[in-house]
Amino acid sequence: MELVKPSIGLIFWMVVSFSIILFLLKKFAWKPILGMIKERELSIENALAAAENAKEEMKALQSSNEKILAEARNERDLMLKDAREIREKMIADAKGIATKEGERLLTSARENIQNEKMAAITELKNQVATLSIEIAEKILKSELSSDEKQKSLVNTLLKDVNLN
Amino acid sequence: MLFASFAAFAYEPQDKEYNPNNTAPVHNEDKHGHEAAGFDAGKMILEHVADSHSWHLFGHTAISLPVIVKTDKGIELFSSSHFGHEGEENYHGSNYKYALHEGSIVVIDELTGSIDEKSTATVTDFSITKNVVSMFITMLLMLWVFLTVAKAYKRNPGKAPKGLQSFVEPLIMFVRDDVAKPSIGEKRYEKFMPFLLTVFFFVMFSNYLGLVPFFPGGVNLTGSISIAMVLAGFTLVITFLVANKHYWRHVFAMPGVPIPVLIILTPIEILGVFLRPFVLMIRLFANITAGHIIALAFFSLIFIFGEMNTGLGFGVSLFSLVFTVFMGFLELLVAFLQAYVFTLLSAIYFGSAIDEGHDVHNHVDDHSVEGSKH
Repeated sequence: MELVKPSIGLIFWMVVSFSIILFLLKKFAWKPILGMIKERELSIENALAAAENAKEEMKALQSSNEKILAEARNERDLMLKDAREIREKMIADAKGIATKEGERLLTSARENIQNEKMAAITELKNQVATLSIEIAEKILKSELSSDEKQKSLVNTLLKDVNLN
Repeated sequence: MLFASFAAFAYEPQDKEYNPNNTAPVHNEDKHGHEAAGFDAGKMILEHVADSHSWHLFGHTAISLPVIVKTDKGIELFSSSHFGHEGEENYHGSNYKYALHEGSIVVIDELTGSIDEKSTATVTDFSITKNVVSMFITMLLMLWVFLTVAKAYKRNPGKAPKGLQSFVEPLIMFVRDDVAKPSIGEKRYEKFMPFLLTVFFFVMFSNYLGLVPFFPGGVNLTGSISIAMVLAGFTLVITFLVANKHYWRHVFAMPGVPIPVLIILTPIEILGVFLRPFVLMIRLFANITAGHIIALAFFSLIFIFGEMNTGLGFGVSLFSLVFTVFMGFLELLVAFLQAYVFTLLSAIYFGSAIDEGHDVHNHVDDHSVEGSKH
């Protein structure tokens, strides 16, 4: 059974050279290779994680952007609404003030007119009174200019008193 | 395939009996007698599968390899060319007179010319045989490949692999992620990676080199029991070196088992500790040897039938060719598979030796850790 009989020489050479190659490969091949593979895997993993992070950040940024945009839009709408309200209010206010002012002016004008009218009437009355007095004076003067006339007047007046 | 290898072994005793411990000259005649008697497929196959002191290239061309023998009188070194092309000549060393008998070095009695059994027993053969040379070639190839790759990693760190690097990296990753991590555990696998990778690539490289039909391939290196034994032995030694209390407790006194049962169980467990690497050795040896034997057997068919009738030989050659190609593809798969299985089982033994936790749970944890990472 040559085939299944271990040969001491072959075993010896195999043990020696396998130990040597195990040592050499361990030191000069497996260590750097496995180290580099691991390093590369780590860096790839890190890069992937970073990319994922960046994506998340982008997403967050986008959503925050959208939020800001929506807020801005809202604000604009609000401002527009406010502005519209203010404008309407201003117009309404102005209208009210104008109406009031007009009314006030009208009333004051009316009052003025009334006053002027009254003043004019009073003046007129005074003048009429003065004129009447003057006329009466003149009439009296002319009536009482002669004795006869004074006697006739007294008579007339007396006549009237008698009648009463 | 196992059947095939056993069938091959069945040939062997006949061969041995055919050539009892005769004298060297008779041995030489016997060789020629064999050739005259016709083509002996069993002998041819076993000669190709077994180790040899010279590397046969083609025809009558062979590379003579150094013979190193340690005897009780000292170490001797000479070239195997002294044994002649067919191993038919004797060599007068400074201590003994040597000859090749059935592929192994024997001492020839100076006076009688027959094999000196007593002196032969004192001779240990440390020759650089075909397998040793093939092993050196495999290892040099490994050194070249992996040192180049390591350099490439250093040259462009953090970059995608290129060339040889991209060929080797998936295999390294495979051993790491599919062999070491699941069997040993995420936390402690790193310690075992150098051995697992070296074994994996050594077995794979020599398996593939063995499939190459011409120099420097074609050697049944991993199908040599000595090589498989050393590899399995390394696994066993490393298992012993790293084994923790937990492991030994499971071997010598399985917790939770009553003492009467332990009397039966403990010997089985102790046997199992050695049986596992033994099976590892047998599996590698048998699978690879079987592959070589089958390929050679299909070719032998051509000559066996060719001896009966030339036309028949040509007809069978077609059939043989188709089957050899088919087996070749199968062997390509087996070559990788055996490297994988050897590494995986080694990793599982290491994993069981350093397993801290309470049986299954620890493994489940490791798996879940791994699962979450992916």
